Amino acid sequence: MDKQRSHIISAIVMHRPGVLQRVAGLFTRRGFNIDSITVGPSEQDGLARMTIISRGDEKVLEQITKQLNKIIEVVKVRDLDPEGTVIRELCLIKTHATSERSRSEIIQYANIFRGRIVDAGPENLTLEITGTPEKIDALIDLLRGFGIKEISRTGPTAISRGSKTI
Amino acid sequence: MKGSQAIIKSLTDEGVDVVFGYPGGVLLPLYDVIYDSDLKHILVRHEQCAAHAADGYARASGKVGVCIGTSGPGATNLVTGIATAYMDSAPIVALAGQVGTSLIGNDAFQEVDTIGMTMPISKHSYQAMEPSEIPQMIRSSFYIARTGRPGPVVVDLPKDVQEGELDYPENITIDLPGYKPTKKGHPMQVKKAAELILTSKKPVILAGGGVIHSNSSDELQHLSEIIGAPVTTSLMGKGCFPEDHPLSLGMLGMHGRMSSNMMVDECDCLIAVGCRFSDRTTGDVNKFAPNAKIIHIDVDPAEIGKNITVNVPIVGDAKIILSHLIRIISQTKSVNNHDWADYVKSFRTSCMPRLSFDDIPLKPQQVIKEISEAVTDDTIVTTDVGQNQMWMAHYFTSRNPRKFISSGGLGTMGFGFPSAMGAKVAMPDNDVVAVCGDGGFLMVCQDLATVKEYDIPVVVCVLDNRYLGMVFQWQKLFYDERISQTKLKAMPDFVKLAEAFGVNAYRVERPGEMKETLKDALNSGEPTLIDVMIDPNEILPMVPPGCGLTEIVGEYKVERENPGEITYQHSAKETGGD
Repeated sequence: MDKQRSHIISAIVMHRPGVLQRVAGLFTRRGFNIDSITVGPSEQDGLARMTIISRGDEKVLEQITKQLNKIIEVVKVRDLDPEGTVIRELCLIKTHATSERSRSEIIQYANIFRGRIVDAGPENLTLEITGTPEKIDALIDLLRGFGIKEISRTGPTAISRGSKTI
Repeated sequence: MKGSQAIIKSLTDEGVDVVFGYPGGVLLPLYDVIYDSDLKHILVRHEQCAAHAADGYARASGKVGVCIGTSGPGATNLVTGIATAYMDSAPIVALAGQVGTSLIGNDAFQEVDTIGMTMPISKHSYQAMEPSEIPQMIRSSFYIARTGRPGPVVVDLPKDVQEGELDYPENITIDLPGYKPTKKGHPMQVKKAAELILTSKKPVILAGGGVIHSNSSDELQHLSEIIGAPVTTSLMGKGCFPEDHPLSLGMLGMHGRMSSNMMVDECDCLIAVGCRFSDRTTGDVNKFAPNAKIIHIDVDPAEIGKNITVNVPIVGDAKIILSHLIRIISQTKSVNNHDWADYVKSFRTSCMPRLSFDDIPLKPQQVIKEISEAVTDDTIVTTDVGQNQMWMAHYFTSRNPRKFISSGGLGTMGFGFPSAMGAKVAMPDNDVVAVCGDGGFLMVCQDLATVKEYDIPVVVCVLDNRYLGMVFQWQKLFYDERISQTKLKAMPDFVKLAEAFGVNAYRVERPGEMKETLKDALNSGEPTLIDVMIDPNEILPMVPPGCGLTEIVGEYKVERENPGEITYQHSAKETGGD
C-alpha cells in the first residue's frame, strides 16, 4: 500500500447554493477522509475557491480528484504540491487571564507568534493568529496552561507559489 | 408565458413527445398545461414505475426519458427509479414538484428535500427558484443527461415558479464551465493500446454498457474479428455483440458463462470497453484476469483505476476510440491469433450450457430456450432482478444492442415490467417481453392498469416459483439451508390478477407451451401476462462472493450433444491455449 499523506486540494467551483453539500456529500459517500474544508469567493465573479485537506494514498487521492471533477458545478481541481504552496489558517483563541502575570505572559506569547490581542475582558483575552496549522497548534499548546475557554479555527486555505495558477 | 408553459415548451423543444407521470397538489399548474398540450402523458399507477418506464424508454431508444412526480411522496417514490438509472447510466430527466418557494424549509405539507435526497443518485440536479430559470435549466438537464457518461438529472419545480411569468428567450445558451466530457482518446494512449493488442497472443474483449450508449457495436465486432479476440460482456453490455457469433463468450462474472470466466482467466490482454469492473463482473479482483495486461476505454475518467489497476487507460467515447484503434491495427498486417481464436471457439462449443429439459415443473433453462425461439432479433426483452434476470443473462441469446434491458447496478426488483412498458412506448414497432420473477412483479403489478388503459402491448412472463429465488439459492448454498423469509407462502393467482385488470393471461406448465403461448401473445397485439410455473429448486451455477471467476459452484450442465463431461476447474488450463 502506498503511504498515506495529507493532501491540499484546491478547487474552483460555481458559487451556487448546494455546491458545498455536493462536495461534502461526495467525501462521506465514497468514504474519503476529510480534515477540513474552506470556501470563499475567488478572483472571478460567480466562482468560489474551495480548499480541502484530505488524507489518503495516491490511489485514493486520484479518485478524490476524479470524483470531484465529475460534479458538474466543480470547474477545476488540483492537488497542490505542499512544497510549492502557501498555506494559512486563521485562529481565534479565548483564554482565561485573570492575574496580571498570566496576562502579560499571554501577550508575550502572542508577540512571539506574531499574533494579536483582539479583545480583552477582566477575566479573558482573545488572540488572533494566522499561520500554518502547525504554528497554530504550537501556540494553542502553550496557552493550554492558562485555561482555554474557546477556540475557533477556519481550517487551512492555500494558494500555489509563484505565477502558477490552478 | 407562465413557468408551467415554459416547462412544456422546453420539453417539446427537446423533442420529447411522451412523459410518464403522476400528478399531485403542487403540480396542478403543470398538469393544467398538460391538459391541452400535444405532449402525450402516460399516467402510471405508482411514481416508481414512471421512473423505470422513462428508463426503459431511454435504454430502448437512446433518447432521454422523462418522468414526473409530485413533491414529497411523489419524489421519494421516484428515488428508486432515479438511483436505478444512475447506476446503469441511463439518460432520464426527472421532474419533481416542490412546495412554493416561501414554504421551502418549513416542513410544509408534502415537502421533502428532493435535491438533497437525490444528490448522491443523480448526475446533476437543479431547483428552479425563478420562472426565468426554467428554459436554460431544462435545456442543460437534457444536455447533461445524454452526453458524456449518460445519467439521470433531477429538476425540482416549486409551485409558485410554475405559476410565475417569464419571457421565454429566443436563444438558450448552455453555460456549464465545469462540464466538458472527453470524446477523443489521447492519441499516445490509443497507440500504446494498439501496440499491446498487436503483441498479445490471447486477447479478450470485455464490453460493457458504454458500447451500447456510444452505439459502437459495429466497431466492436470489427475489432474483434480483425484481431481474433473473443468477446465477453458485462450484464449491461449484453447484446452489444451477437451472442451466436463464434467469438461470443457470453456474459462474464458471478453468474457468467463458463466460457467467459475461463477465457478471461487465461487471456494475456483484456480490452475493456465501456465497463466499470463491478464486483459482480470481476469476482475477487486479486484473481481477476491474472495473466492479462488490461486496456480500459471509458468515457468517465473516474472509472479508470477505481476497481482494477489498468495498464493502458484511455478516456473518451468508445466509438471514436475503437475506430481509431481499428485504423491503426488495420495498417499492420501482423495480426495472427488464429490458434487462439480456434481454441476459444472449440472451448466455447464444449461448454455451451444445456437448455433442453423436459421436466415438470418446468426448468427455467427450458422456458428461456422457448422464449428465445418465440422472439425475433428485433424483440426487446427486459428482466426483473434475481434468478429470472441471471437465467436470462446466462441462457438467453441476445444479438442486438438495446434489446436486452435489465437493472444491473442497483438490482432493482420491480424494474422489469415498467421498463418494458417504457421500451414499448419508445419502440412501438418492436415486440417487448418482460421476464420477471413472481416476487418482483408483485411489487409493481398495479401498473397492469396502465398497460391496459394506454393499450401498451407488452408481454409479461412471470417465472413463478413462489420463492424469492436468488436469496433462497444463497440460503441453500451458504446458510445451511436455513430458508429465512424467502418462501412466498400466499401469492395471488397471477392469471386472475391480470384478468382483474382486464389484461389477457395464460398459465404455462409443460415443455413446449411457452413458445406457442408467447408467440400467440405477441401476435395478439394486446398486453398479456403469462404465468410460468417453474421448478424452485433449480440452482444457477455461480461464483461465490470473494472468489475468483473460475471457482464456479453448482453443477454446470452442458448441452448433451457435446462430447465428454466438462470439469470446469481445470479444463482451460489443461487444453492449453497456444
